Amino acid sequence: MRFSARHTLLPAALFFALALAAACGGGNGGSETGLSGSIDIDGSSTVFPITQAVAEEFRKTQNKVQVPVGVSGTGGGFKRFVTGETVINDASRPIKPSEVEAAKANGIEFIELEVALDGVAIVTNSQATFVDCLTVAELRTIWAPGSKVNNWNQVRSSFPDAPLRLYGPGTDSGTFDYFTEVINGTEDASRADYTASEDDNVLVQGISGDRSSLGYFGYAFYAENSARIRLLGVDAGKGCVKPTRETINTGTYAPLSRHLYIYVNKKSLERPEVKAFVEFYLKEASILAEEVGYVALPASDYQAGLSKIR
Amino acid sequence: MSAQSPGGSIRTERSARARYRAIRGGVFYALFLGSILVGIAGLLALLIDVFMDGLPWLNWSFITSYPSRHANQSGILAALVGSMWVVGLTAAFSIPVGLATAVYLEEFAARNWLQRVIQVNIANLAGVPSIIYGLLGLAVFVQLLSMGRSVLAGALTMSLLVLPIVIIASQEAIRAVPGSYRHAAYALGATRWQVVKGVVLPQAIPGVMSGIILALSRAIGESAPMIAISALVFLTFVPNSPGDKFTVLPIQIFNWISLPQADFKGVASAGIIVLLAVLLTMNAGAIWIRNKYQKRRNE
Repeated sequence: MRFSARHTLLPAALFFALALAAACGGGNGGSETGLSGSIDIDGSSTVFPITQAVAEEFRKTQNKVQVPVGVSGTGGGFKRFVTGETVINDASRPIKPSEVEAAKANGIEFIELEVALDGVAIVTNSQATFVDCLTVAELRTIWAPGSKVNNWNQVRSSFPDAPLRLYGPGTDSGTFDYFTEVINGTEDASRADYTASEDDNVLVQGISGDRSSLGYFGYAFYAENSARIRLLGVDAGKGCVKPTRETINTGTYAPLSRHLYIYVNKKSLERPEVKAFVEFYLKEASILAEEVGYVALPASDYQAGLSKIR
Repeated sequence: MSAQSPGGSIRTERSARARYRAIRGGVFYALFLGSILVGIAGLLALLIDVFMDGLPWLNWSFITSYPSRHANQSGILAALVGSMWVVGLTAAFSIPVGLATAVYLEEFAARNWLQRVIQVNIANLAGVPSIIYGLLGLAVFVQLLSMGRSVLAGALTMSLLVLPIVIIASQEAIRAVPGSYRHAAYALGATRWQVVKGVVLPQAIPGVMSGIILALSRAIGESAPMIAISALVFLTFVPNSPGDKFTVLPIQIFNWISLPQADFKGVASAGIIVLLAVLLTMNAGAIWIRNKYQKRRNE
């Protein structure tokens, strides 16, 4: 009997020991200025790299403040933000009226802060040299709900007779929300028969391997893969403009340059560590946003943000 | 038929049939060998690819650092420790409950409709997609029982996910213990509990361990239910108690793969190597235990 009891105990003991060893693994040093606490952030995976960079730098000055950052998507993050579960939400689009309502119902007040600019890049395969530029109207023809366009010559008669295969982000993406709103006129209204992925790297791979492809995703992903795919300009009536740091910054890459935001729970700003973090965010965002592939706002915009939280 | 033919004809007929059998045997041998090679080749291709991408990024500081926007400063510590916490607690919850359920169903429960209903349900639960468990965990543990997005909520969700695997494997192992062992023990006057504890369980442990290996391997590799519980991908601390926030290896790896910078693909591969190493270490531990008991049993 003694024998068999040990049989069942041993494996359990082993895993407990593992977990215990794991628990003792980490640990931080002391802090210099004494702020502590936890700042819970969730939201857009597009804004995530900026917030991660800020949190990483912030930790070097305030190592007792924990800043866990999640990537539930802009909408998924807002669901948690409006119940007060998180104090900051990363957003690649402005908050929707329905989300404002939900926040109000829960007594949550918030402040919207612009942190960077991003362009939505229209890209095709590097061999599709016949196209340099598409007009907003042509993009609408292609992407409108129920659109049957499946050949390049249906887009413009001078284009060759070649099948047109489409790639784009999935419906949970803020990029999808934004693109459908400014191109198709209604948010989330889009044809559905395209290759959709929430992972922009999958789109890059699809487009670079498909000679007849057209797709859209965040400019940062184009910038990292510029050798493999072809960037198109967009003509909104004022001539063809390609997204670059400059055209996105000045807003001439219209209508596909957009703001990236963080939403801060107003009440949480009473906590010194949250206030310190948000101030740090606005002061460092111009450098850190550029570092991770986005375009910084004009300095005055960050100043405006700082005065909003003071 | 062959008995009626003259002797020489029997010999040729026999050798023709033997040749046919040999060919048929050879064909199937090649077919089966081919099948197993497909699997092994796939695994090898995967491993070679991952190791070529990941090895340059794998070093001690990768194991001991937190995530970073710089690929070369990125580390996996938070996710590694988080995964160990989740798997450790999952084992602590699911093994006792799973084993007890299996013992009850095999050794104690009357063979009636209730037992059959339970049995069918367990078999069905084993096939439920993992994201469903994630949503269940989110609704029940995180929200209803207000555990928050904690290690405990994650481990309980994972326990539900792997319980059917543990139960079914344990049942199989218990069923494989020869009935004559039980009869012999009963004949000596042992009670039902004494038979289970002293005869059935020690015999079944190796089989049970196989089930646990499978279950915990699944637990450490699952990402969908964990994303529902905790989609954190930037953590600069490790959980110190079951109430803390956490992240796990598959979520961290997934996040690295979806970043635009090509370097992070290497970092993600290094993460995969770490995940594989943890998995193999766990399995090796369980196999070692299993072999030890098997040997003892045979003595």
